[in-house]
Amino acid sequence: MQSGAKHGDKMRHLDWKCLLINSMLLFGSLCVLTLLSDPVYAAEELVEVTASNVISPPELTAADYPQILGLNSRVTVWLVAQLHLWFAAFVLAVPIFVFIIEAIGMWTRNRKYDDMAYEFIKVSITAFAITAILGGLLTFCLFLLYPHLMQYLSGIFRESMFIYALLFFAESVTLYIYYYGWHWLQGGNKKWIHLTIGLLLNSVGATLMFLANAWLTFMMSPAGVDANGVFSGDSWAAIHNFLWNPINLHRTIANIAFGGSIIGAYAAFKFLAASSQEEKAHYDWMGYTANFIAISALLPLPFAGYYLTAEIYAYSQQMGITSMGGVFAWLFIIQAVLIGVLFIAANYYLWCGMGRSEGAYRYNKYIKYIAVVIVAAFLVWFTPHTLILTNVELKALGGPYHKYLGPLGIMPAKNTAVNLMILFTAISVLLYRRANKIPTVSRVEIGNLVQIALFTAGIINIFILGTYYGYFTNTVYKIAASIPQVLTTLIIIGISALIDLVIYKGAKEVAPLHWGRIPDRAQYALFLVAVAFTWLMGLMGYVRSGLRQHWHVTDVFRDNSVEAFTPTLGYAASVVSVGVVIFMAMLIFIFWISQVSSQKTVVHGYWKTT
Amino acid sequence: MMQLIKIVVFSLLTIGFFTAYSYYGIPQIIPAPPPEKEELDLEGITTADLIVLGERIFKGKGACTLCHNDVGGRAPMLDDIGMKAQENMADSRYKGTASSVEEYLYESLVDPSAYVVAGFGKMGTQDSESPMTDVRTGSIKLSEEELLVVVAYLQDLSGLDVTVEIPVGSTGTEESGQPAATTTQVVTTNTRAKYDSAEEILSQLACGVCHIVGHYQGLIGPDLSHIGGSRSKDYLRRAILDPNAELTEGYMPMMPPTYGDQLYASELEMLVEYMSRLQ
Repeated sequence: MQSGAKHGDKMRHLDWKCLLINSMLLFGSLCVLTLLSDPVYAAEELVEVTASNVISPPELTAADYPQILGLNSRVTVWLVAQLHLWFAAFVLAVPIFVFIIEAIGMWTRNRKYDDMAYEFIKVSITAFAITAILGGLLTFCLFLLYPHLMQYLSGIFRESMFIYALLFFAESVTLYIYYYGWHWLQGGNKKWIHLTIGLLLNSVGATLMFLANAWLTFMMSPAGVDANGVFSGDSWAAIHNFLWNPINLHRTIANIAFGGSIIGAYAAFKFLAASSQEEKAHYDWMGYTANFIAISALLPLPFAGYYLTAEIYAYSQQMGITSMGGVFAWLFIIQAVLIGVLFIAANYYLWCGMGRSEGAYRYNKYIKYIAVVIVAAFLVWFTPHTLILTNVELKALGGPYHKYLGPLGIMPAKNTAVNLMILFTAISVLLYRRANKIPTVSRVEIGNLVQIALFTAGIINIFILGTYYGYFTNTVYKIAASIPQVLTTLIIIGISALIDLVIYKGAKEVAPLHWGRIPDRAQYALFLVAVAFTWLMGLMGYVRSGLRQHWHVTDVFRDNSVEAFTPTLGYAASVVSVGVVIFMAMLIFIFWISQVSSQKTVVHGYWKTT
Repeated sequence: MMQLIKIVVFSLLTIGFFTAYSYYGIPQIIPAPPPEKEELDLEGITTADLIVLGERIFKGKGACTLCHNDVGGRAPMLDDIGMKAQENMADSRYKGTASSVEEYLYESLVDPSAYVVAGFGKMGTQDSESPMTDVRTGSIKLSEEELLVVVAYLQDLSGLDVTVEIPVGSTGTEESGQPAATTTQVVTTNTRAKYDSAEEILSQLACGVCHIVGHYQGLIGPDLSHIGGSRSKDYLRRAILDPNAELTEGYMPMMPPTYGDQLYASELEMLVEYMSRLQ
């Protein structure tokens, strides 16, 4: 036992060293960047700087882009950036729900929550070191392969980049105090201090992400510069550019869903590897909670996506049409497949999980109807508006649009489908919650009837908004109708959840839940959620970046490298897949390490006896 | 260990499915390459050429058809904009200063909010603000000369006489190729460099989008991979210049009849020669 503790101490000591090295690596690289952005320190003037220290983008030629070791610069930066983003999303998301779970544990005084929160944060610690290493690598790749662009950007954002580097120290320190102080800061005021550190950790993490988001959204919707890209000196204007807040919101929600899915995969991995029923029960509960977190964040995510897209249209109609009606239009069909997979897998996991309860048989009969609606909604979302057809097919079809399926290809049908998919997923969650409960309050029937009426009225409203306003008015109203559809969905979910809380207040359990009583295939559903989410993030990263087309910074700083072309979807999918395979390999390594670190080998005759 | 292998295989299969779907379930549209700047020599240009050039900018660099089309309903159709101009200028919502159709059309390109057709304004602005940007800015960045040729095209489109006069000695810049939002590209100006080979013509005119020819695999038009074996050079020349005069059985008249205007005579012959060798 003592040797185990020493082993743990050694591991922690190594972690500290990793932290220090990683922080110095990232800090150092950012300092180099910041210094080089200053014309005084720049050995060569890469960006045009006038006498009044005004920064403007240079007009580059293909020869201005360094070639190193025969690397394809774009693919190198693409892969490293994407890997960094996956890990960063994970390590930023986990502390958010760890903080919430810890707070629930404090509120309920249920130790189980505290233990689970600790296990969640433990998984993210190794990932944190890898995030920092990849961040350093990305910085060097960008600087070495795109020096002119980086000097232009770091000239504009030098203050925020320096603050970012400092905040990274703050993030590291708060994370390690939060993690290593977990068992020390227990009980009474100490627990409050610990929770406050968690809040601080999340605040620093969010600020870090928002700063990095400012740089990338500036490249999409530059602000604080004139039509020629000349920087006015107003850094805040450049940070607070048009797409900054929509991306901040979208990424925050997506990170939580992604983090939940990765923790879910970890729990599934541990569940499948578990040798005792007790372990299975523990990791089943962990997987359920992680999946619950992922679904909870997944539900509002499409709305954040719509907000982001609407803002892209508002910023530049041309950019908006390029995304949804141009070369990227087909990408959203792939996105529909992925989101459909996510919803179906997450629901399937919930339905399998109902086997934990003795009372679930009461609701099993409804599952098939929910499944039919979700699959039908998925198929509508999946239906393309137009297809590239052969002449024979065109003639057979009588035009580019199918008589019946064509109308399902446009956004009103898809908005209706996604709202229904979300609503029926919410019904799955409600049924799961009820499966093991027997209400004890009076007027349960009234509550149920109100819920049924609410869902029915809401679904009718969503249909009317989707059909009347979607097909019988012009485009402006088609888009406008999506907002009341979203509000309808959110109101139904919110009110029915409240009603559920009231009518199941003080409810009795049918029987204790049988944690661990879930088939292995359900764990594969958790893996499917994690893989699909990772791949989806990679794909959406491609389209977000690809929207700039042949511009480093939209309309003001042109990309004249040989890789300035927009790749085909197949090409992009291949790069994303390679990234996902590397990410998954690293993740499995992390899971394996976390397993190895808890194993002990007892050797005989190796050590001298003293 | 077996569980780990199962998980790895399952994950790889899932990733493989997504990749395969993206390759084989989705058409592989090849976006147009980034546009390149070309010098346009407008000196001595005829009115007819002015209109052709205006149409090309309207459908190409100007990206006008992204919104002004009869599919999306994002912006009004402009077929009769010249006829409606007077009516719009007399409307109480008109905020511009134009006094003629030509001025109105020019104004609508550089200050689109001067008059917004009902139902096409930005949301929440009661049609007081247009979602369209000044086409002299952003990625479109039309030059003064390009603006004038677009106005000429719009006048002609509406059936009006072209009143636009290009200043003597004008040159402008045009970026060839359409923005990547669309999938084909229109190239050729009276001043561009000649294509070096038939393969370059196939690539620049995007023949492979519709035809199986060379290494292209388009499926909309007839297969040309052995066309030289069954058709004469005269037929091939006519099929390029007037593609809809004689249609291959089973195919609809979809090929644009404008390639004759886009190719130099020597290029046309080079292409005919190339196709005749496809036995």
